[in-house]
Amino acid sequence: MDHSIQVSPSIRTKEGDEWKNRQVPSRMPSRIAQIRLVSGHPEVYEPCDDSFALVDALLADRMYLLEHKPVLCMEVGCGSGYVITSLAIMLGQGEDVGGIHYFATDINPHAVRVTCETLEAHGVHAEVICDNVASSGLEKRLGGKVDVMVVNPPYVPTPEDEVGRDGIASAWAGGENGRTVIDRILPVADKLLSDRGWLYMVTLTANNPSQICLVMREKGYASRIVVQRSTEEESLHVIKFWRDPDLQVGAAKDPSMATTQRTTSAVVMDSLLSQFPLLSFWRNNNNSST
Amino acid sequence: MRLLTHNMLSCNIKGVTNGFPLRLEVEKFVEKEVEFNSDFLKNMFVKIEWKALVNAARSMGYEELPEEADSSMLDSDEFLKKFHHALLELHLEEGALICPETGRRFPVNKGIPNMLLHEDEV
Ligand SMILES: C[S@@+](CC[C@H](N)C(=O)[O-])C[C@H]1O[C@@H](n2cnc3c(N)ncnc32)[C@H](O)[C@@H]1O
Repeated sequence: MDHSIQVSPSIRTKEGDEWKNRQVPSRMPSRIAQIRLVSGHPEVYEPCDDSFALVDALLADRMYLLEHKPVLCMEVGCGSGYVITSLAIMLGQGEDVGGIHYFATDINPHAVRVTCETLEAHGVHAEVICDNVASSGLEKRLGGKVDVMVVNPPYVPTPEDEVGRDGIASAWAGGENGRTVIDRILPVADKLLSDRGWLYMVTLTANNPSQICLVMREKGYASRIVVQRSTEEESLHVIKFWRDPDLQVGAAKDPSMATTQRTTSAVVMDSLLSQFPLLSFWRNNNNSST
Repeated sequence: MRLLTHNMLSCNIKGVTNGFPLRLEVEKFVEKEVEFNSDFLKNMFVKIEWKALVNAARSMGYEELPEEADSSMLDSDEFLKKFHHALLELHLEEGALICPETGRRFPVNKGIPNMLLHEDEV
């Protein structure tokens, strides 16, 4: 993918390991979490293509995020802590703006401990909570307060009874079409997000992302694809959602669903195309730092 | 766990109507210095349940917060310093959060509250 990067053969050991390039050599202060400092546990999801896609999406949007001046940021399903740590590094604690505070939650008790270790190893802070996003009631007090929310949900299509099992299975098991947990997260995200709230979420093609956009559209959110990535096994999209005052809540409940669906996909396609220059800009930037 | 977080948590057991604020059971707490940012405090003030913060700070032996507060006090540096300390610098490391209605104990270990509910509580 990135032919201009020069790496010693010992680093690029096997295909699919190209993410290790990010760490070597690091002449510039790191803008994201460093893999070698990310803590782990056999029961905790290791940073993977989807994690990197989400962090790349946040990097691509970093300038917008800084201008947005979020006060509360939150990750749901933080796993190893790679994503929330990266976000906290790239946005900082908001010393020059209104201050930024980070929350990270996961249903897996091992994951929250690992996340704390990862945050600590990078010298950044987030408040970490062990809970199930679907039943924590976090929205009672945090409702309408979260300005940036990031989620890399369990999205792999699996039999329904694999969802919500203990340990590592809860990291990927997504039930029918991989949508079970996603569909539980969306209404909670809607409640948690502030009026100016942004949501970044990883989805798989099998999750039917344009239908997810449609669901969110009915709640009054516009959307665009920030990063699209195809690997051997899967095609990932990182979608950004934000409240659009021009979208009337429930407006998508058009009698001709087919038309609405097509319109949404068209919007999604447009935005995807308009994203390419930005993506290549960031890629070039990445190159210059390695 | 900072008291800011405590201020955002409640007991969500099915049927519980009065799950906030959770009572603190303090086995161990630590104080960690955090950079002072008055804008952040001003942003957060409206989001905070003041009484809950006062009582939580008190359970860690910090008695400096006024019983009542309103936004006019945000002009006072002295007030902001105290608010900052209570909200961000006092951490519950070990202990529990107790539901005011049911007495259900949510353990806090290594500064992480475990708010997971049992199957029969959802
Ligand atoms: C695909 S992993 C992503 C981990 C990490 N954010 C990353 O990108 O590398 C999904 C995470 O969501 C957590 N999770 C699954 N169901 C959850 C739920 N209902 N509430 C909170 N977290 C959940 C899993 O434990 C797992 O850590």
